[in-house]
Amino acid sequence: MSETLYIQHFNEQARPLSYYLEKMAGYSALKKALGMSADDIITEVKKSNLRGRGGAGFPTGMKWGFIPKQSSKPKYVVCNADESEPGTFKDRDLMRYTPHLLIEGMLIAGHAIGSSIGYIYIRGEYTREAKLLNAAIEEAYKAGYLGKNILGSGFNFDLTVHRGAGAYICGEETGLLNSLEGRRGEPRVKPPFPAQAGAFGGPTVVNNVETLTNIPFILNNGGDWFAKLGKLEKSGGTRLISISGHVKKPGVYEIAAGSMTIRQIIDQLGGGILGDKKLKAVIPGGSSAPVLTADEIDVVYDIEPLMKIGTMMGSAAMMVVSEDYCVVRLIQRITKFYEHESCGQCTPCREGCKWMEDVIHRILEGHGREQDLNLLLNIADNISGKTLCALGDAAAGPVTSFVKKFRADFEAYIRSGKNAQVHH
Amino acid sequence: MASKILSQKFYAEMEKLIPRYPTRVALLLPALHQAQEETGWLPPEVLEEIGAYIGIHPAQVREVASFYTMYNLTPVGKYHVKICTNVACCLRGANELVEQVERKLNIQCGETTRDRKFTLMEEECLGACGTAPAMMLNDDYYENLDSKKLDQILESLE
Ligand SMILES: Cc1cc2nc3c(=O)[nH]c(=O)nc-3n(C[C@H](O)[C@H](O)[C@H](O)COP(=O)(O)O)c2cc1C
Ligand code: FES
Repeated sequence: MSETLYIQHFNEQARPLSYYLEKMAGYSALKKALGMSADDIITEVKKSNLRGRGGAGFPTGMKWGFIPKQSSKPKYVVCNADESEPGTFKDRDLMRYTPHLLIEGMLIAGHAIGSSIGYIYIRGEYTREAKLLNAAIEEAYKAGYLGKNILGSGFNFDLTVHRGAGAYICGEETGLLNSLEGRRGEPRVKPPFPAQAGAFGGPTVVNNVETLTNIPFILNNGGDWFAKLGKLEKSGGTRLISISGHVKKPGVYEIAAGSMTIRQIIDQLGGGILGDKKLKAVIPGGSSAPVLTADEIDVVYDIEPLMKIGTMMGSAAMMVVSEDYCVVRLIQRITKFYEHESCGQCTPCREGCKWMEDVIHRILEGHGREQDLNLLLNIADNISGKTLCALGDAAAGPVTSFVKKFRADFEAYIRSGKNAQVHH
Repeated sequence: MASKILSQKFYAEMEKLIPRYPTRVALLLPALHQAQEETGWLPPEVLEEIGAYIGIHPAQVREVASFYTMYNLTPVGKYHVKICTNVACCLRGANELVEQVERKLNIQCGETTRDRKFTLMEEECLGACGTAPAMMLNDDYYENLDSKKLDQILESLE
């Protein structure tokens, strides 16, 4: 087994400060960072080939480098702990088991971009995790890792947990920022990007939980070390994978980035398909990722290889579907989600998601028509790339891929008014 | 304005949060959470009181509150049962659980029992897909559900 950073510390309880200090070299990376210049920290993060774990895979060091040195407004570090992409549950483990890693990562980000204010935007349903984070933050304040003049360095940093209230779109970073400011979580027009004008109009870095928890390891061991953990070029570190659906052992697993194929992950980590059935489909990166069929899974599970075959790694949430589950029912549920969560600002997304859901629903109810499949492809095509944020693409990609890859299943369903081999 | 509905504790919590944000409007989501914890749901009088405290129009409070599914703008039962029916939970039998509760409580999803004890809702992904099917009961998660476990949980509620 290759080296893992997190999984050995995941246990039934939150790791308190004492554990963090003793067993995880807690806050030693912060000490190191406080002795470095902002540019040197960013250089180290760039070297690490750390790419954002929130979904888009954007290089973190480059993102931090976009923050202007001088700013008339305060700068902010915002952690995206919305974890709302269906299928994803890794950030929950990071927050409930190793909350201090996140705090330390945010402190280092703050020092690197010249910010003294941080927020953790956590989805509203995670009440327990919000409490655990608040308890850890209190510990950190008491021990002098947060607050004024941290470790005598002159660096100040305040950190606040801000709870969302049930809206997928608040995972999108500008929707999140509006929600943080006390507004409806509707995505903003970009530019300006958050690096120029983010939270409260100030330059802002928005990073996913797992992105930030990687930072202490990078500072402690060096960017080159982190980059080498990954088996592919331009993709460093390890990946936390959320596996769910029809596998024997669902859960969070950690692998060296790019070290396994989807088939290996399902068989070796997930324990194989539930009931030893055959595989029907894999949704590889949260429900927004285009679906893969059973003969497409010998692909290395990482950002570039998945992009090459027309899907994405997203939040590394793998949903596994066995042979006897109805694909029409599956895509209906996925589309209903996007229809429900569309914020309604952009017409193609608001109307298109509703329309797609109506059509798929009609098929599911046994009233589908031959021409419905091309209609779906057409609607999806008219949403894709025509909206302010990526929710539109997130809704269109699954529909297009399901219809194209399982067309025979859809056609059979439409002809007979039901799924021939499947019980509902 | 009429006498206050929200408690001293509400105002004390809000005062603690003021220095945490550069604007007062940013208190809105925390205020709605805190208020709902006290009153169970958010009637117009409460929205008005929050607006007055923050210094915004009640319509702005409602505009924001209605965007988020967790804020109850209509009354809910003592026990708010929210069963996730997103993909991973469906793959693990969530629809059958919803039907089971509908039969048991004799209500449809989205409804509240006549004695105001239970409200049943379908929920989007709760971030518990590895322990699917999952549900929330008020603020708490229940995971790895099956028909028997769900029955026991419901039976145990006063
Ligand atoms: C509809 C939508 C939902 C998103 N949900 C999340 C989420 O729940 N968590 C997250 O970290 N990023 C989410 N993102 C991505 C964020 O917009 C943003 O790219 C990310 O937080 C950046 O952090 P990273 O660079 O560390 O990945 C979402 C994006 C979209 C378009
Ligand atoms: S799908 Fe139910 S918790 Fe994620």
